[in-house]
Amino acid sequence: MIELENVTKIYKLGQSVVHALDGINLQIQAGEIAAVMGPSGSGKSTLMAILGCLDVPTSGVYLLEGQPVENLSDNQLAQVRSRKVGFVFQQFNLLPRTNALENVMLPLLYDGVHGKARIEKAKAALETVGLADRIHHHPNQLSGGEQQRVAIARALVNNPTILLADEPTGNLDTKTGDEIIGLFQKLHEEHGQTVVYVTHDAFIARHTQRIIRLVDGKIISDEPVAHPLVAGTPRPEDDLKS
Amino acid sequence: MNIFESIRISFRALAANKLRSGLTMLGIIIGVAAVVALMSIGRGATRSVTSRVEGLGSNLISVSSARVVRQAGVGAQSTALYLSDYQAIAQDTNNVVGISPTYETSAQVAYGANQSQFSITGVTPEFASVQAYTIAQGRFITNGDNAAESRVVVLGSQAATDLFSGLNPLGRDITINGINFTVVGVLVSKGTTSFFSSDEIILIPIETGYSRLFGGRALVNGQRTLSSISLSAANSNVVNDVISQVEYILRRDHKLTLTETLPFSVSSQSQALSTLTSITTTLTIFLGAIAGISLFVGGIGIMNIMLVSVRERTREIGLRKAVGARRSVILMQFMVETITLSLVGGILGILLGAAIAGVVTLTGLITTYVSLDVILYSFFFAALVGLFFGIYPAFQAASLRPIEALRYE
Repeated sequence: MIELENVTKIYKLGQSVVHALDGINLQIQAGEIAAVMGPSGSGKSTLMAILGCLDVPTSGVYLLEGQPVENLSDNQLAQVRSRKVGFVFQQFNLLPRTNALENVMLPLLYDGVHGKARIEKAKAALETVGLADRIHHHPNQLSGGEQQRVAIARALVNNPTILLADEPTGNLDTKTGDEIIGLFQKLHEEHGQTVVYVTHDAFIARHTQRIIRLVDGKIISDEPVAHPLVAGTPRPEDDLKS
Repeated sequence: MNIFESIRISFRALAANKLRSGLTMLGIIIGVAAVVALMSIGRGATRSVTSRVEGLGSNLISVSSARVVRQAGVGAQSTALYLSDYQAIAQDTNNVVGISPTYETSAQVAYGANQSQFSITGVTPEFASVQAYTIAQGRFITNGDNAAESRVVVLGSQAATDLFSGLNPLGRDITINGINFTVVGVLVSKGTTSFFSSDEIILIPIETGYSRLFGGRALVNGQRTLSSISLSAANSNVVNDVISQVEYILRRDHKLTLTETLPFSVSSQSQALSTLTSITTTLTIFLGAIAGISLFVGGIGIMNIMLVSVRERTREIGLRKAVGARRSVILMQFMVETITLSLVGGILGILLGAAIAGVVTLTGLITTYVSLDVILYSFFFAALVGLFFGIYPAFQAASLRPIEALRYE
């Protein structure tokens, strides 16, 4: 499904060179739900951008469904992003002054889905995330949790093989955050979506099957979660304090 | 993804951001309107100056005697210009719209106790049109006055003021060298030219002059002579041709060979023509500067608002790419948006500029002239600037990796 082999990503920031990713080897199977954890600057977001074809590695090999990504043209990458990847950002990244339905239709527009089919698919995606009654609301009329659910609907509207979420609950309160991870669990269980979920909330990470920890662009641990939490489990008291 | 889909995306984006679209369009409207209004005012000014200079008589040709040395040792002598020369020129030239013979002399003019020396000019009715004089009061000298050798006189505005100091001169009698003349008309002031005060003239019918005033000095070899003949050429392009025709007729009638120096001066109002040329040259440079500056300022305005509004949308471009838009699709969207804004803004700008020009005309300060070339120049310049600065930053943003565009602050 996803295979990374010795992937590096180097940024130049003025004079200094930043090794955002430093020899990553990783495999994620279809239908997995995995969490990526790590402190700020550990390379989590860079890894997600490469997985989502929003960026390309400096060196190394990335196979998405067995297909090497680094040799694809700009237009081929656009097609991969449109058909295979659904990306959920921390900042929601919805188009302002554009209603929920139109925001969700955006990937379909660029994939050449026309007319009724486009509207039906977008409505179905909004229904999946529980926003059937909010389709004509603009982002500024929606709460943070609702905006993120619109963004999730947009990510899954084209039925991608892989859902990538880069700290989707980072800008939300813990209660709303717990609802969002619950939504990803539901998508994973009911639709068999592959989900990679970045968070630095250990409680949220324990809702997944596998936790990959990054520090300084390297994977320092990659362990399965023995008993994934079910959405709705109350947070332990000490977790709320931290 | 077809072109209609792109157009729909663009229109949806324009409609979703009415304030931004409006402000961007305003930049183009003001740029175009400024150029159209300023250029229309400038063109209007050029036209009014040109027509005023033409009012001085730029097509005017004067024929008069010139003193030339005919034989070494004999000294200079002049050859008289005869009335018959006028008749020959009137008959044998073409491209001439008016011809006016004059005989000028100096005389003592008096109204009551008020008397002084004036230049008296004997004229025909053509004098008014050829010399571009208009009547302020009363009438001009007619063919009937000449036929009847009437003792009537038309005064230049300054001459009227000098003699009558504010009284209405019409119908009053003045004496010229002791002979009574009745004032039948007063001319509109032309202002002074560099040659002479054209408002101090006193005009009488030329026939009256020959029979009562000019005396024997006006006769040479028993023939009536003229001080000068003025011709009005049909337009400024034929002035030199008319001069050649007149010179030919004078040589023919005075039996001069081509090698002899012509004892007449046949000249156009070269002073007025060169004034016209220098004024229009100055105005053209001035207008060019205005156009250049207003296009530049308008262009900068359009550039600023385009750059800012497209830069502001770098994240939007990143997002559109992240959900699968190709670069070409994004460029198409921005191109359609920019073309729409430029077209609508350009047309509104032309209308606004023309309206400003119209209001300026209504105030009576200057008659503006809205010309098509100005409209086209400003419109295409604005559209080009708008397109370049609308599409170039969009092209840059669309060339970024989506993640870079999304991180753009």
